[in-house]
Parts: sequence; C-alpha cells; structure tokens
Amino acid sequence: MSTVLDLISEPWTQVFMRRAFLVALFAGIVCGVIGTFVVLRGMAFIGDAVAHAVFPGIAIGYVLQANLAIWGGIAGVATAFTVATVSQNRRLKEDTVIGVFFAFAFALGVVLVSTQSNYTGDLASFLFGQILGISDADVWIVGGVGAVLVVVTLLARKELVAVSVDREMAAASGLSVFWLDVLLYVMVTLAIVISLQAVGNILVLALLVTPAAAARMLTDRLDVMMLLAACIGGAGGVGGLYLSYHHDLASGGLIVLVLTTVFFLSWILAPRHGLIAHRRAAQRHSEGLVLEPALDENDSHL
Amino acid sequence: MNDEPVLVLQSVTVRLGGRIAIERVDLTVGRRDLVALVGPNGAGKTTVLRAVLGLVPLEDGAVSVGGLPARRARAAIGYVPQHHAFAWDFPISVAGVVMTGRTRAIGWFRRPAAPDREAVEEALARVGMVELRARPIGELSGGQRQRVLVARALALRPAVLLLDEPFSGVDLPTQEALSELLDGLVAEGRAVLMTTHDLAAAAETATRLCLLNRTVIGEGSPSELRDPALWLETFGVARSRQLLFALGVSE
Repeated sequence: MSTVLDLISEPWTQVFMRRAFLVALFAGIVCGVIGTFVVLRGMAFIGDAVAHAVFPGIAIGYVLQANLAIWGGIAGVATAFTVATVSQNRRLKEDTVIGVFFAFAFALGVVLVSTQSNYTGDLASFLFGQILGISDADVWIVGGVGAVLVVVTLLARKELVAVSVDREMAAASGLSVFWLDVLLYVMVTLAIVISLQAVGNILVLALLVTPAAAARMLTDRLDVMMLLAACIGGAGGVGGLYLSYHHDLASGGLIVLVLTTVFFLSWILAPRHGLIAHRRAAQRHSEGLVLEPALDENDSHL
Repeated sequence: MNDEPVLVLQSVTVRLGGRIAIERVDLTVGRRDLVALVGPNGAGKTTVLRAVLGLVPLEDGAVSVGGLPARRARAAIGYVPQHHAFAWDFPISVAGVVMTGRTRAIGWFRRPAAPDREAVEEALARVGMVELRARPIGELSGGQRQRVLVARALALRPAVLLLDEPFSGVDLPTQEALSELLDGLVAEGRAVLMTTHDLAAAAETATRLCLLNRTVIGEGSPSELRDPALWLETFGVARSRQLLFALGVSE
C-alpha cells in the first residue's frame, strides 16, 4: 500500500507540482461551473473564439513583459463584448461573426509574438500550457478570480436560467438580455484566461466543455450538473497531472485525455441517458410490442 | 367587451425592417374577454403581441395595461409563446420553469420566497400539473409542455394573458383541455388575447374575434361577424368555400 501512497504523495513534495495541482484543481472547478452554461446554451464555438481572442492580449503582455493573465483578460473581454454587440444584428449569423473575429485575433497574436527573437519556445508554452512554470502570484490570481466567478454564477443563476430557456420571455419581462449575454461572455473569458496556464490556448476549450458535457449525461438538474461538472473538471485536472508526473508526458494534453475518457464513460454508462441504458430501453420497448398483441388476443377470448 | 378595459391598443403602428407590419391597430380587451386575433400568415398577429410585450418599438400609437403604459405594467402581462421558442432540453423541472416566470419579480440576488412558491403552486394547480412538478421538462408530452408555459405565465398572476398560436401543433384532447382552461381563466376575470389560424377553435373559444390583416378589418363576437365579405377581405381571397364552411358563415 505504501507504494500507492508514495505515488500519490510524492509529487506534493515539489513546490512546482503543488502549484500545478492547485491551479489545475481551481481551473477545473471554475470551468466546470461556467462550462455548464456554455454547454446548455450551445456556446462552445464562442468559447473557442474567446480562447483564441485572448491570445493577442497575452502576446502584448509578453512583448511588454507585463502580466500575461491581465492582458489576456482585457483582450478576451473586448472580444466577448464585440461578439455580443455585433451578433445582436441578425443579418450575419453569430458563428460567422465569431469566425471572422477569432481568426483575426489569433493572427494578430502570432504576428505580435514573432516580433520577439527566439519566440517559438514561448509560443509553444502559450499554445500548450506551462503548468509546471507557475508562480505563487499565478496561483493566487487563479484562486481569487475563480472564486469570484463561481460566486457571480450562483448569484446570477436564476437570471441566466431565465435567459437560457426563453430569451423572448426574459426580454418581455424586463430582464436585460443583452447585458446578461455580456456577463456570461465575460465570465467565460475570465474562466478561460485563468485556465490557460493549465492546458494552454488550444486545449482550454476541453476544460470548459468536456466536464459539463459529461455531467449533462448524468443528470436532469442544473445544480447537480454544475456540481458534477466542477468535480469532474477538478478531478480530471489533478488526475491528468499525476499521469503527467509519473510518466513524464505533456500535462495539458493528459488533462484533456482524462476528461475525455470520463466523458466517454458517462456517455456510454449514464444510468438513464447513456448508450447502454438507451439500448436496454429500446429492447424492453420492442419486447413490449411483441407482448401487447398477445394480451389483446387473450382479452378477445374472454 | 364584457367588462372594463384592461388591455388597450390605440392606433398602434409597427415597422419591421422598413416594412409596415401592423398599421393603426385599435384593440381593446376587457376583463372576462377572450379575444382571438385571426388572420392569414404575415397579417401581423404575432407582431401585435410583441408590441404589447415591448419587444418591438412602436412607430406610432400606444399600448396600455390597466391604465398604465405597457412598459410600466410588465408584471401584469403573462405571455405564452409558441412551443419552439423554449429550450426544452434544459435541465430544469416543471416547477423550475414556472418559477422562471417570476425571475424579474423576485429581483436580483434574491432567492424565491414563500409568496413566490405559493404563486408557483397556484399556477401549477390551475393547469393541473401539481403531480408533475418535479419532472424534468424534457420528459413532457406536447400538451403538458403547453400547460407548463401557461403556468409560467400565470405565476405572475397577470391581468392580461397573451398566447401565441396555442392551438397549433397540439392534438384534439389537448385543444379541448386548453379551451376549458382558457374559459376558466376568463371566468376568473382575466383578459386573454390569443393569435390563431385555427378558425374553428377561435370561433368556439373566443368571446370576440378580431380580424387582422395589417390592420383591424372587423371585430365582434363570432355571431356578429357573419358577413362573408369581411372574412374574404381578411384572408385576401376572392372566394373560398372551405374558409366559409369552416366558419359556418356560408349561405
């Protein structure tokens, strides 16, 4: 048994691993909670766009040698606001607007980073995460911003639900649908910014969408879904890091692979809505169809 | 009109994308009134409802509810949209949906209190959905979904109830149950305005019909509107035996 305990406790002796665990845990929890709305509103593409839009901000921070998370946040929020505004005009579909913006933002980021010499190594750390090179300040930022995001989500929960189930009715009742959209976009942006260091720019979408998607398979209640998504996200982050530590493989990639495994398992095994449960239900149904006429026949004989 | 006016539209004109959708619409719905807006596709039936709800800007005219401008009387208006306007795949229970009707009334940063829960229970009882209160909405039948949407509108205890095509896409027993429910609400003293292109249902359920084709062409109780010319003008057809047969106004 001691060997198993060693495997679990050993990484915690290293300072850089302790920070990595905390960041992965916080990022997973926050993305699970916010991602619940991303999944339910069908906003995965928006999440992807914001993730890419954060990039030029990080590039500016990098060029100026300033705080990357803050500059990433500014760029992401600006993009989220622009998308929310432009998409109120229904002539262009939302996904078209997003497609235009996020490619632009990403291109801008690549050009900005390329102004620096020896940029390929840094580019790689932005794109794929740098969870082992996290500072104490980063841990505090992730924890603090994450806590604020979870609290705001819970405070605005009933308004977010009202807008999600029926925009027209929400608008007719006097809720500001536009500002609630902006709020949600900004929260998605901040969740992405604080999670970038864990898994990187390209894979951050998985942290936002995959735990919530897995949770959706398991429940029909919003609060339970948020809780499950947070647990799956947090556990997936920590689990992926363990695998990464013991097998010396890319941490961001492993976190996403662990989360995806959880998603597939719940997709197949979910008690009511999983693949197996549906197969069983279909089987029972077809057996029932065979049985019913037989009963009718008995009835007619009586 | 049977009673004092509750919902009043005065010469309401709405322009949508440069085109005039409804023009100088005058309409009054009183307590114990059930008015059916009847007209062909594109006549502006839904636009009338959206104008009342404040979802489209008025180019001209005014809408008032209980003597107040509609903008300031939002809590007095209940709205039942068409089924497809609602996200039925959202993980929420029947009672949860009904509570969303009170979101604005509860206010920011507050949780539903006892009066809110009472209003939800009352609305659920009114539509006969109390036993299904905890059921996830994804598991409801079409008729049950419609009753949930009606209950959500009733959760505000509105003076006016607006329904958009409540009879379309539901089977006969559901239509019957809905008619009964609407009759009951009207008897309680509510004002009801619905759009429909189901003429038979309109003639049977409504206390008054409003024939609409961009503007009001005729208005009155079903028995008062027996002039085929009005109907033919509303629907923009020269002569339709089917239409007149459906109405029972053919010679």
